[in-house]
Amino acid sequence: MSEPIAITEQAVSDAVDAALAALESASDSAALRAVRSAHAGEGSPLAAFNAQIKALPGDQKAAAGKLVGQARARVNQAIAARETEVVALEEAAKLAAETVDVTALPSRRRIGARHPLSLLQDRIADIFVGMGWEVAEGPEVESEWFNFDALNFDADHPARAMQDTFFIDPPESHLVLRTHTSPVQVRSLLERPLPVYVIAPGRVYRTDELDATHTPVFSQVEGIAIDKGLTMAHLRGTLEHFATQMFGEGAKIRLRPNYFPFTEPSAEMDVWQPGAKGGARWVEWGGCGMVNPNVLRSAGINPDEYSGFAFGMGIERTLQFRNDLNDMRDMVEGDVRFSQQFGMVV
Amino acid sequence: MRVPLSWLAEYVDLPVGASIADVHAALVKVGLEEEGSHDFDLQGPIVVGQVLEFVPEPQSNGKTIRWCQVRVAPEGQPAADGGADVRGIVCGADNFFEGDKVVVTLPGAVLPGGFAIAARKTYGHVSDGMIASARELGLGDDHDGILRLGTLGLDPEVGTDALPLLGLDDEAVEVNVTPDRGYAFSIRGIAREFSNSTGAAFRDPVARVTPVAANGFPVAIHDEAPIRGRVGATVFVTRVVRGVDPTRPSPAWLVSRLKLAGIRSISLIVDITNYVMLEFGQPIHGYDLDALQGGLVVRRAAPGETLETLDGQTRTLNPEDLVIADDRGAIGLAGVMGGASTEIGDATTTVLVESANFDPVSIARTARRHKLPSEASKRFERGVDPAVAQPAAARVVELLETLAGGTADDGLGSVHHEHPEPGSIVLPFGFVQRLVGVDFTSDETAHALAEIGAAVEETSAGFVVTPPSWRPDITDKASLAEEVARIVGYDRIPSILPVAPPGRGLTVTQVTRRRTADVLAAGGLTEVLAYPFVGAVMNRTFGSPRDEEASAIRVANPLDAEAALLRTSLIPGLIDIARRNLSRGLTDLGLFELGLVFRPEAGREYGQPALPAGARLPDDAELAELHGGIPPQPRHVGVLLLGNAVDKQPGQPAVPAGIADVLDVVRLVESALAVELRVATGTHKALHPGRTAELFVTGADGAERSVGFAGELLPTLTHELDLPRVVAVAELDLDALLAAAGESIEVAPISGYPAATQDLSLVVDAAVPAGEVERAVVEGAGELLESIRLVDDYRGSGVPDAAKSLTFALRFRAPDRTLTAAEASEAKLAGAATAGERFGATVRE
Repeated sequence: MSEPIAITEQAVSDAVDAALAALESASDSAALRAVRSAHAGEGSPLAAFNAQIKALPGDQKAAAGKLVGQARARVNQAIAARETEVVALEEAAKLAAETVDVTALPSRRRIGARHPLSLLQDRIADIFVGMGWEVAEGPEVESEWFNFDALNFDADHPARAMQDTFFIDPPESHLVLRTHTSPVQVRSLLERPLPVYVIAPGRVYRTDELDATHTPVFSQVEGIAIDKGLTMAHLRGTLEHFATQMFGEGAKIRLRPNYFPFTEPSAEMDVWQPGAKGGARWVEWGGCGMVNPNVLRSAGINPDEYSGFAFGMGIERTLQFRNDLNDMRDMVEGDVRFSQQFGMVV
Repeated sequence: MRVPLSWLAEYVDLPVGASIADVHAALVKVGLEEEGSHDFDLQGPIVVGQVLEFVPEPQSNGKTIRWCQVRVAPEGQPAADGGADVRGIVCGADNFFEGDKVVVTLPGAVLPGGFAIAARKTYGHVSDGMIASARELGLGDDHDGILRLGTLGLDPEVGTDALPLLGLDDEAVEVNVTPDRGYAFSIRGIAREFSNSTGAAFRDPVARVTPVAANGFPVAIHDEAPIRGRVGATVFVTRVVRGVDPTRPSPAWLVSRLKLAGIRSISLIVDITNYVMLEFGQPIHGYDLDALQGGLVVRRAAPGETLETLDGQTRTLNPEDLVIADDRGAIGLAGVMGGASTEIGDATTTVLVESANFDPVSIARTARRHKLPSEASKRFERGVDPAVAQPAAARVVELLETLAGGTADDGLGSVHHEHPEPGSIVLPFGFVQRLVGVDFTSDETAHALAEIGAAVEETSAGFVVTPPSWRPDITDKASLAEEVARIVGYDRIPSILPVAPPGRGLTVTQVTRRRTADVLAAGGLTEVLAYPFVGAVMNRTFGSPRDEEASAIRVANPLDAEAALLRTSLIPGLIDIARRNLSRGLTDLGLFELGLVFRPEAGREYGQPALPAGARLPDDAELAELHGGIPPQPRHVGVLLLGNAVDKQPGQPAVPAGIADVLDVVRLVESALAVELRVATGTHKALHPGRTAELFVTGADGAERSVGFAGELLPTLTHELDLPRVVAVAELDLDALLAAAGESIEVAPISGYPAATQDLSLVVDAAVPAGEVERAVVEGAGELLESIRLVDDYRGSGVPDAAKSLTFALRFRAPDRTLTAAEASEAKLAGAATAGERFGATVRE
């Protein structure tokens, strides 16, 4: 062990200078750690001075203590300051190294989509649920009684033949693929206490070959309200509210006389589509009318006490003119590009 | 129904200059929807010309043309196109003579299909127009030669505009007639509706015919098997017209009106019967009286009886078929089609005219049974005015006399079976207003009903209304309300939004289904809606996991005989759609469908042979039978993945979709439904034997049941289907999952004490599924185990052959204290012990 260097102002100042010089050249954490160990650690000159203090004569202790203490504080401060700088530099270098091209990052999650027909059904359901109505359902393989007889379709009436029905084998089973969502009318009336306000969206079937305007499998939404004192004015009011929700302010309803076995009076409804591409226009939307007394009788309801209205429209057709689509086939083929245009919104 | 405007104008005052659009607008107001319009698609100048002379000129191609000089305007006057009064025209036909009056299309005229006429050089001449055939004018199919006006009995002045002369300037509206309005299949009916809509004066063609006394040709109705209690014929009228000349041409006005109405001209007598059918709505049949033997009888067909119909087909009749018979047997299918044996031909001189009213149901059934929808059956099915039979017969007689040179016998052959008189309907005051929601005045109501031809009587109970004979559809007060509303106009109906009582909103099931679809879409899958029709092979492959075949519902009249079954699984439809997308170059697919499948129980019969009647509430037994006859139709969710789940990108190798990805999708469904699924090794005959998971759920009753499968399709199958080798699919019974899902979520309190985490490595036979080992650990470790996750499956050195080392990361926590390491280790070893007991698992240190 060498002879200790005397604690002089010069010696202390030299040690401080040496420390500061070393710090200046320390540009990373490792160098900084070495500097800290050499100039502020236990084996550093300043530590040695500090150790010598207690051996000094009593009258020198205070001055030497102050001198060395100040020097150590200065060095420690400088180290801390330098450390902050080095950490910041290092962090910046790390960030620079971690830079990626955000426009070229991998996408690990596929983009999915609901089918617009389903979305539209959901939207229609929401509009009616908002009015206090409920959503009813029924089977797609249905008894002819629900699909026809209970709806006032006589077995031999041409209206029944005109439905282009898919029959289930054997035909004596009197089962069909439902040709409309109207059987849910009767099911709802049988199941629910009066008054009844329900809609029934769902799939229906007709023996039409697929082309640009027909598909053998399509979807409809049916509405039925049975209460005391309902009139055709309530029918129009309901349809107008619905039309406004679907097509925006300014939508309105036009009724034209028509025939359906299950309503009397019956009407064909046109909707005024204010925001149509190419200008506002009337579009055929569906059928409606006051529920035929025979339908009420089929459900055990006294037509002299209750009345009601029903309406129905094709969802495909609604989507077609609402979103200006030309070809029905796009809706049924399942080409993912079609649905992905809609994503989660219709 | 097509309605030539000139014809309509005979029976109702059409406003001067009324256009097709005007007429449509008036008719749609009363419920006759616009279907289209028709005209002859001709544009003048098309004039009457006279062939002055012609020179036949043989051509090198073997044809002989005629170079004609044709006068197209009176001498010295300019022709309709402003040109000379005599024109040189080349004509290829040779059926005309010098002096014939013909139709000349002058330069500037346009024929159907946009064929423009111009002076043009041909066969060495400038042909300055064209001499037209009936076919070129759209009047008929006869293209044997040019139209000679003299044969039609016409001798107009040269230069006359030929379009009005031949009825070629007429046009027709086409409207859709709803199936309750048989009478609107007539000019008479449409004219009345036009009058109802506009108030224009209506002239009933029935009124202009004078009745004839009965005592003519013997006829009888013997219906021994009425259908649904209704006699097959209620009115049967015949007239005899002698000395007709069936070879006379039909006049141009008749041909052009028929043509516009959509009916081809056949021969004068047939044209007349068709004309009267269109005018009155009464189908007419004409017999060659000389071919008849004895009188006519209307009866049901005898068992095995046959008939050759006018279309040349010999048909075996059904005992339900109504026939017209003479002494020798059936000679016509009543109201549907006549027979060949008594058909009117060129040699016919005596015509027996039949004008009858047949039961709609009988006619409808026969027309359907023999697949013979005809103009006649279409009208009878919808109901023909029974009061029109005799006037229509008289109208036929009138035309046969004036156009075919016949003379009618005095007597009328006639049977009137008791025809049910339309009953009167009491319409209480205020009923229409209460149903329609419009304050119609009493006058408006009475007036509207009178307008449609009903007899209206005002009593203290309300109006007593007797509907007109042509409106069998009016049967109750609701149908009267419709008549009032439609005649006054639907635009009077105001708009009032009814207030429904507070509802329940969507049901839990409906919300959950929607959430499931939303979650799957958010999870990267695209929703599709496949047709539910499948073939036998696909049903066999996917209908049942292990059984040979699933029983399926068969469509009796499928569009495609190869796809006559209703799906028992969603996978075949997803495969079809995947293939379509693949064929369009879309090679990375994630598809899902939520839809019904149809799962009849094997050996069970569904439906019922006899249905309850309509218009009354079925009794409880009938309702039970109706409901019980519906086959099960659970809602499934199906998933198909193929190609890459993650695409190759910078810094990202491609991740092909497989069993792991489809199980991930299953987990999405699990989360959407808030159910817990158990994934177990499964077997399914369409799925890869080593990559099939069967999925189980435990219901509220504590019983576990299988709810579906996930796996990769068998490579042999994907090869057969032209799919990539790996296609991952899953199918779950959504209804069963919904039934198992709890009403509410059970929530445990969250412990704030520190967790103790430990890893557990277990060596176990390689064939033991990790999921089973995990379940054993969970059961053995007890309540302190908060979570467990398989983090490694190691095989190799240090682990015996045919064994594997499964490492689980375990997290333990107590609800009420800080766990010690010893407690956690104890729980871990308890878990390991259970796995040891169950599968011989040993802890690997």
